[in-house]
Amino acid sequence: MTIAALENVEVDYARGRALGPFSLSIGPSEIVALVGPSGCGKSTALRLLAGLEAPSAGRVIRTPGRGETAVVFQAPTLAPWLSARANAALPLELAGMGGGEAMRRAGEALARVGLAGAEDARPAQLSGGMAMRVSLARALTTEPKLLLLDEPFAALDEITRRALADDVLGLWQGLQPAIVFVTHNVEEAVYMASRVVVMSAGPGRLAGEVAVEGPLPRPAGFRTSAGFRRTVEMVSKALAQGMSA
Amino acid sequence: MRRVIEALAPALLIAALLAGWEIACRAGHVPSYFLSPPSAVALALVQDLPGLLKAAWYTLSSALIALVIASLLAQALALAVVLSNVLERAVQPLAVVLQVTPVIAIAPLVNIWAGTDHPERAVVALAMVVAFFPIYSGALTGLKAVDQDLMRLFDLYGAGRLQRLVRLRIPSAVPFLLQGHKVAAGLAIVGAVVSEFVAGSGKVQGLAWRIFDASFKLQTARMIAALVVLGVMGAVLYAVLDAVERAGLRWWSGR
Repeated sequence: MTIAALENVEVDYARGRALGPFSLSIGPSEIVALVGPSGCGKSTALRLLAGLEAPSAGRVIRTPGRGETAVVFQAPTLAPWLSARANAALPLELAGMGGGEAMRRAGEALARVGLAGAEDARPAQLSGGMAMRVSLARALTTEPKLLLLDEPFAALDEITRRALADDVLGLWQGLQPAIVFVTHNVEEAVYMASRVVVMSAGPGRLAGEVAVEGPLPRPAGFRTSAGFRRTVEMVSKALAQGMSA
Repeated sequence: MRRVIEALAPALLIAALLAGWEIACRAGHVPSYFLSPPSAVALALVQDLPGLLKAAWYTLSSALIALVIASLLAQALALAVVLSNVLERAVQPLAVVLQVTPVIAIAPLVNIWAGTDHPERAVVALAMVVAFFPIYSGALTGLKAVDQDLMRLFDLYGAGRLQRLVRLRIPSAVPFLLQGHKVAAGLAIVGAVVSEFVAGSGKVQGLAWRIFDASFKLQTARMIAALVVLGVMGAVLYAVLDAVERAGLRWWSGR
């Protein structure tokens, strides 16, 4: 049973090959982290899974219908002229839901990400972490089956990104979407995912796959456990091999 | 203290220049028809004020009417062009030619079309021509300056053309539109004055006519007084539009 899969996909741009051949299969409610060096095609793989791009060769399988895939980008990507609530309501309104109902659901989504009370704030009035939470709320309003996160915390400070990592896992527990999470931070990948897929330097191929033991969301002190450290070492080693390959 | 000096600096410079001008005129015995001293200009300004204000309103109202028409036309064309690549390619060379042709060069032609009975129409038309381009290019740039990831988001949720236009492109263009209108307002005044000069007749009684009239009579102080009114009018219009732009941006981004 898969929610989405890439089968031997290759992506060629004018400047050369960006990805592949590469295969990846995502099960329902699974959290998969994609790690790899910069320029290895992680984000390209994510856009393929989102259906925003087509591969040059190979096959992309997507089961979620329209509105059942959500993407969170590296930047919050909010419309500056809309309030936090209106930003979060946007996907619902685009899908044809009436304004009142969309706004009500957007308010609930904002409350879930800890932004109750900030509904009327504009993006310019929010901190980086809060703006990212609005972006997350917007992704969750449609109750997606597949949630794609493209280095969503890369621009944030360490404390904020750790808090958001826990928030994402907490939210996952509720809706149980399949999550694909792109990062170049090994610890973050191991902390968030039940499976870490390591990609080689561009054009990206599979360099290794590591299963992460332990409950999700993570218990307190998970980062200091022996199992976590060991898994981080395994991923780091696969990453180093992938970069030299 | 430093802030007080900075705030007063423009006034001090103007005062110093005026004083130097006055002293030079008196010390050098410069004939008044050649260069009137500031005191004579001030006197002319006070004596002519009702007439000058009437003329200023004539020029300003022509420019404002032109600005409104240019705004509507430019934004409508930008919208149409953004929806059709073919139309954009078709329009682009004409738009560039229109922009680089000096307004004074087409003024005589437009005067003929307006006819001797309605020279004021030529004034509005020419001011409109110069005000058109900054709004058009601002609108076009703005409609295209959409955040690529926001665009992808609209793709992801299957947004249609109309949704994209109304919910994404037009709101994204607002800062560019504000900027374009600010530039266009200044240019509309320039266009109005230039075409008044070309019209040259007694029927178009704007500030350019006051300058012509005084020039024929060698009343240099009155000429300069009209120039002062023109300069002040332009500066006030710019300040108003600058404030409108800032308020607009505050409304747009909430800050």
